[in-house]
Amino acid sequence: MRILAACLLLLGGAMGARGAERVVNIFNWSDYIDPRALEDFTRETGVKVVYDTYDSNEILETRLLAGSAGYDVVVPSATFLQRQIKAGVYRPLDKSKLKNIDNVWPEIAQRLARYDPSNAHAAPYMWFTTGVAYNVAKIKERIGDKPIASWEQVLKPENLRKFADCGVYVLDSPEDMFSIALNYLKLDPNSKEPGDIRRAADLLSGLRRHIKKFHSSEYINALANGDICLAIGWAGDSFQARNRAREAANGVEINYVIPQEGTLMSIDSLAIPKDAPHPDEAHLFIDYLLRPEVAARNTKIANFANGVAASRPLVDKEIAENPAIYPDAATMKRLFTVTAPDQPLQKVVTREWTRVKTGR
Amino acid sequence: MQEGGKRRRLTRGEMLVIAAPYAWIALFFLAPFALIVKISLSRPAQARPPYEPVFDGAGLAGFFEKLSQLGLDAYRGLAEDSLYLDSYLSSLSIAGVATLVCLLIAYPFALAIARAPRRLRPVLIGFAVAPFWTSFLIRVYAWITLLKDEGIINHALMALGLIDAPLPMFATSGAVVVGIVYSYLPFMLLPLYAAIEGQDASLREAAADLGATPFQVFLHVTLPLSRRGIIAGALLVFIPSVGEFVIPDLLGGSDTLMIGRTLWNDFFANRDWPAASAAAVALLALLLIPILLYERAQLREGER
Repeated sequence: MRILAACLLLLGGAMGARGAERVVNIFNWSDYIDPRALEDFTRETGVKVVYDTYDSNEILETRLLAGSAGYDVVVPSATFLQRQIKAGVYRPLDKSKLKNIDNVWPEIAQRLARYDPSNAHAAPYMWFTTGVAYNVAKIKERIGDKPIASWEQVLKPENLRKFADCGVYVLDSPEDMFSIALNYLKLDPNSKEPGDIRRAADLLSGLRRHIKKFHSSEYINALANGDICLAIGWAGDSFQARNRAREAANGVEINYVIPQEGTLMSIDSLAIPKDAPHPDEAHLFIDYLLRPEVAARNTKIANFANGVAASRPLVDKEIAENPAIYPDAATMKRLFTVTAPDQPLQKVVTREWTRVKTGR
Repeated sequence: MQEGGKRRRLTRGEMLVIAAPYAWIALFFLAPFALIVKISLSRPAQARPPYEPVFDGAGLAGFFEKLSQLGLDAYRGLAEDSLYLDSYLSSLSIAGVATLVCLLIAYPFALAIARAPRRLRPVLIGFAVAPFWTSFLIRVYAWITLLKDEGIINHALMALGLIDAPLPMFATSGAVVVGIVYSYLPFMLLPLYAAIEGQDASLREAAADLGATPFQVFLHVTLPLSRRGIIAGALLVFIPSVGEFVIPDLLGGSDTLMIGRTLWNDFFANRDWPAASAAAVALLALLLIPILLYERAQLREGER
């Protein structure tokens, strides 16, 4: 499916308009922006938006590394951003063209600076946590009234076993799962020691028998349909599952929690490729997304917290007051970020992740 | 070849006609393949493109220096990690089982269509090909709805009281085989139909006249004469199944090891284009063997 998507994107990219009219080519995650905000941008600035979507960082990265993708604004996750900056993929932001850059949430900008020193190449777009999403009724049937609050309830084989019969999905993402496992083992979640990665893999391997599938997007529908009862997934996607179940009125109630030990915080960022054909329009567009009212609209669609602090009062109450989307200060302290492994360690990570999933 | 074994010289028009498919192969197969071989001999790098050396036309001296930087490291990597061998073997066995099941299902179908009244045959063939009018992706997705724990099959079996708990069918290697069989069945059916339909009916009559039972006629006349259809259909199903990526991704379990997935990991997760290219070259070599065997068998048959 990813290959199909890649082919479609290739076609889409090749057909991007390149006339005298002002255009900006955006390459963003699917369901990650308010479509009407794009229309308003064109109405206001006269710049036409050519919008393409992808569903994995790898697809974006491959396009960028192959060169001449023709995109003006892309939205890489922070670890990918870090690597891609090293590979020389991005042009530095011209902050004089971003009058809204001061709206950026300082704490988020600071965390992003770990990947992009002094925020030279990227501005934060959305950020989110990895936690546990579950079917409230089915979990209650199995463990009673005490809700899921700790990673221990999912990362211990004898605990996860209780949910195996109603279906468990886990993100197919070594970055998320290894850092969470390392943190649970009281090791550095950002450890670059192959030995630590192996210990995390050992822990997760012990869970394999109780996991139905490792997948990074199918859990949304599977949870919403009631096909599975528990998933380790991302906040925004989990709330999308909850909303889909509500719309379908199928009696499925989904909840999402950040376990008390803390979890991984991921940041998606806005960046401009070096070979962007329309850098001026790209800056214009990023500046537009950093406006508090636009950021609030996009948060409403995506169910993710955005990187613009001033937008929070404008965000719908249900989202702004949801502690799993906008965590309180104490929880914020327990959110960690991880940096990209180098090439040799990346091979260890991928190999160990294959061992987690297949046992081979 | 002409009588007397003397080669006739080709006219210009004939040469053009012959050149077209060769040019097609050179442009769309050999040239990309040469690029893949070249990348497979490179080393991964944190750069754009993510491997080195890159031949960017920096003069002849630079060219030779870069040429000397090419090496077999990526192939050594294939040999060192048993994951690749496991993936190849698992892909071959899934593709093999799927091909066999395809053959067992398609043969009776092909036979029935070939024996049907002449007027009906195009209609029946049309029915067999009809699923192709829907998107491949949608058809594979539909199998998820059928096979999953809360799916139609499990619900039906439970309603009939045949099982108490849902059978785990979705996200297994078996589901991958089902998906492949379903998707590739027409590729088996059509060559089989062609091979059976083209047979001379008088041969069967002769066998029957000489006292062969219908089963003996099938075993000694129909089946051997359709051998070419069986081989062609098996290759058409087997070869794309080995490298299949979409069906295992949608229907397979996380522990369903296939070479397409391993290659994806090298290419996308590790950004190790050389390793992924080496795995692809090795896969091609692996697939060329059955094709070459088939070609040889064909040649021998031609000589007979």
